Amino acid sequence: MEKKAKYFGYSITRDRQIDYDANNHDICKIIAKAEPTLNLCISCGTCAATCTAGQFTDFSLRQVILLLRRGETKSLENEVSKCMLCGKCQLVCPRNVSTRNLVIQIGKALYDKKLSAETVNTK
Amino acid sequence: MTFDLFVLPFFIGLLFLLGVLVVKYSRWIAMMDASDRVKAGMALFSFNLLKTVNEIFLESLLHRRMFKRNPLLGYMHMSFALGWFLLIVMGNIESRVYSGGHINPPYYPIFLKFFIHDKRVLPFEIFTLPGFFRFTMDLILLFVLSGLVLAVIKRTRSKWFGLKRTTVHNSFDRWAITSLWLIFPMRLLAESFTAGIYKGGGFLTNTLGSIFDAILPLEYMAYPAWWAYSTMLGIFFVTLPWSRFMHIPTEIILIFLRNAGIDQGKYPGSFSEIEIRSCPRCGVCIDVCQMNQAGLTGSTAVYFIRSLREKLPEVQLNSNCMMCGRCLEVCPVGIDTLGLRIGARGVDNKGFASDFTYLVNQPIVEKKAEVVYFAGCMGHLTPGVKRAMLQIFEKAKIDFTFLDEDGSVCCGRPLKLAGMKEASLTLISENSAKIKNTEAKILVTSCPICYKVFNDDYQLDGIQVMHHSVFIYNLVKDGKLVLRQTDLKAVYHDPCELGRGSGIYEQPRNVLKQIAEVADVSEERVNSLCCGGSIGDLNMDAVKRNLIRDKALTILCESQPDILVTACPLCKKTFDSGNATVVKDIAEVVAENLALNKLHKQTVDMVKL
Repeated sequence: MEKKAKYFGYSITRDRQIDYDANNHDICKIIAKAEPTLNLCISCGTCAATCTAGQFTDFSLRQVILLLRRGETKSLENEVSKCMLCGKCQLVCPRNVSTRNLVIQIGKALYDKKLSAETVNTK
Repeated sequence: MTFDLFVLPFFIGLLFLLGVLVVKYSRWIAMMDASDRVKAGMALFSFNLLKTVNEIFLESLLHRRMFKRNPLLGYMHMSFALGWFLLIVMGNIESRVYSGGHINPPYYPIFLKFFIHDKRVLPFEIFTLPGFFRFTMDLILLFVLSGLVLAVIKRTRSKWFGLKRTTVHNSFDRWAITSLWLIFPMRLLAESFTAGIYKGGGFLTNTLGSIFDAILPLEYMAYPAWWAYSTMLGIFFVTLPWSRFMHIPTEIILIFLRNAGIDQGKYPGSFSEIEIRSCPRCGVCIDVCQMNQAGLTGSTAVYFIRSLREKLPEVQLNSNCMMCGRCLEVCPVGIDTLGLRIGARGVDNKGFASDFTYLVNQPIVEKKAEVVYFAGCMGHLTPGVKRAMLQIFEKAKIDFTFLDEDGSVCCGRPLKLAGMKEASLTLISENSAKIKNTEAKILVTSCPICYKVFNDDYQLDGIQVMHHSVFIYNLVKDGKLVLRQTDLKAVYHDPCELGRGSGIYEQPRNVLKQIAEVADVSEERVNSLCCGGSIGDLNMDAVKRNLIRDKALTILCESQPDILVTACPLCKKTFDSGNATVVKDIAEVVAENLALNKLHKQTVDMVKL
C-alpha cells in the first residue's frame, strides 16, 4: 500500500534484455513449417481481443506468437493448453492466419520438445 | 470323376482366404470390449438377427442404397453380388441333385460342367423338367456378365452411372479387379467349350459352344479354359483380403454389429477396423465432397479411409475435412466417416494437452428463468443475431436468462471435432453445471454447432434443447409472434450441423415462408452445401475456404434472391464475406419483420391490397 501511494499507483518496469542467441528458434521454424500462415501474422492482437479463453485468463495468442518468434519458448509450455479451439480468432484474423491449427501445432511442438528433453534427461 | 488338377488354384486360394479371414475375425473379436462382445453374443440369439439378415440381403446383395443413388450403378453392383450368390446357391443345389444328395467337395459345384455333361435323367422328380438347371445357370451367368459389361463401360462413361469422378485405385486393387472381371468370361468360355464338345449346356453355353465348335479345335481348348477359370478365382481369393473387395466379407459383420447396438467406441478399436475394411472404394463420396473445389480431392472420405487401412495416416489428410457429413449421407455402406476422422485426429493430436483449471470458480449466472439463452462463441461474433434474439424474447414476453451475456465458455464441439474428447468433456461438464443452475426448462442456442453437442453429449436432466429457429417457429405457431409478409425473394441455406447433423430442415423454412417467398435451391436439405467456414477443418487456409464458399454461393444464388437466409452465425459470417447477396440469420429476418399484433398485420396487408 505504502509503495503504491509513493508512486501514485505506478511501478517501474525492470529493464529486460532479450538474448536471441540463448533462445530456441527451432521450435518456431518447426511450427511455421507445419502451419505456414504463422508467417502472415502481424501481431495486431485481434485474436487476443476476441479470445474466449482470454476472458477468463491472461491467455493471448498474440503474446504466444511474439514469444515464439523470439524463441522464448520456456514460458509457453503450458500456455496454449488454455485454448478451447472455438475458432473465433480465426474468423476475426485480418491476415487469415489458421489460428486453430497454429495453436494445435504449437502445443504439439512444445510437447514433443518436452518429450525429447525428458528422454535426454533419463539417458 | 470328382477331381482334376486344375481345381487346385481355386481350392488353394479358397483355403487361403478362409484362413486369413479366420485370423482377422479372431483378432477383431479379441480387440473388442467385453461389453461389446456380450452385446454381439446376445444379438446372435435374438429376433434382431432376422433384421440383420434382411439388411444384409437388401444392402450386400441387392444394393438398395446404390439403386437409390443411380439405377444403373445399382444394377451393376447387384448383378455381381446377387448373380454370383445365386450361381453359388444354384450350383450347389444342382451338384447335390446330380450326386444324389451327397455332400461334395467345395470345388465340385463350381466346376460341375467339367465333371458332368447333362444328358442323364435326374434322380428327383421335381427337377426332371428338361434342362431346368442348364437354363437357370446360364441365365444367372448372363445376368452377371451383363453387370460386367456395365462395369467395363463405367471405366470410360462413369457419368452414365451418376459418377463424375471415380476412385483412382492402387495396383493391388487393379490386380484384384482384373481377376474378378476375368472370372466370369472364363467361366463362360470354359462351359461353352465343354458344351460344344459334348453338346450339353443351356441356351447360352450351348449356342456359343456350337459356334466355337465350328471354327475352333475345342478338344484342345476346353481344358486350358478350365485352368484359366480356376486360376482367376484363385488370384481373386488370394488378393481379396488386402484389396477393396475385403468389403464383401466385412460389410456383413459391420451390419451385424451395428444392429447389435455396437458403435465406434474407442479408436482404433475393432469396430473402426471393421468399418475401415468395409469401404468398397466405390467412390460415391468423391463427387459430393466439397474439398474437390479446394483442390483437395486426396482428402475425400474414400482416400482417407484407404490411408487408415494402409496404415499411412497423414495428418493433413485427417485434418482436411469440414465434417459437413455429405459423404456420410451418400455412403452405401453407411460408414461413419466423421467418427473415423475424429478418431484419427485424436491420435494425431495426442500431444496437445488441454488445461481448463482456470474455469473453476468463475461467476455463475444467478438469474433463474423458464428459458435459458446461449448465444455461443459464434453468436457473439455476430452481434446482430444476438440482438435479434433479445428483441424476439422481449416481444414474445419470454421469461429468459442470458447464460453467456458476458462471454461464453466454448460448448466443447470444436475440441471434440479435433479429436480431443477428454478436453471437451471438461467444457461440457462446466457448461452443464451452469445451464442446470438456471433451473430452466428450455435451452435456446443460436449456434448449430453448440446445438449439436448439447443434444449429443450433454446430460441436461430433461432440459429441452432448442435451436433458435425451432424456438421462433414454436412462438409463431403459438401466436406469440406475428410476422409481416414482405415481397422479398429469399433462399434458405441449411447449416450442416443443423440439417444433416440434427435433422432440422422444415422449421426455419416455415418461419421464413411467412416473411418472404422462398425459392428452391438445387442442393438443399440433406444435400445442402457447406459454407466453407466450418470449424470441422483444422488445416485448410483461407484461400481454399473461399473457393468452397464461392462455389456454394454460386449454387445458392442461382435464382438471384434478394436475401440469403441461414440459421448459423458461422455460415452467415462466411457467406457475408463472399459479397454475393445480402446474408442474414433467420432470427434477424424475424426481428426485422415483426408485426405489432394480428390487427396490425391485417391492416398492413389491407393497405398493401
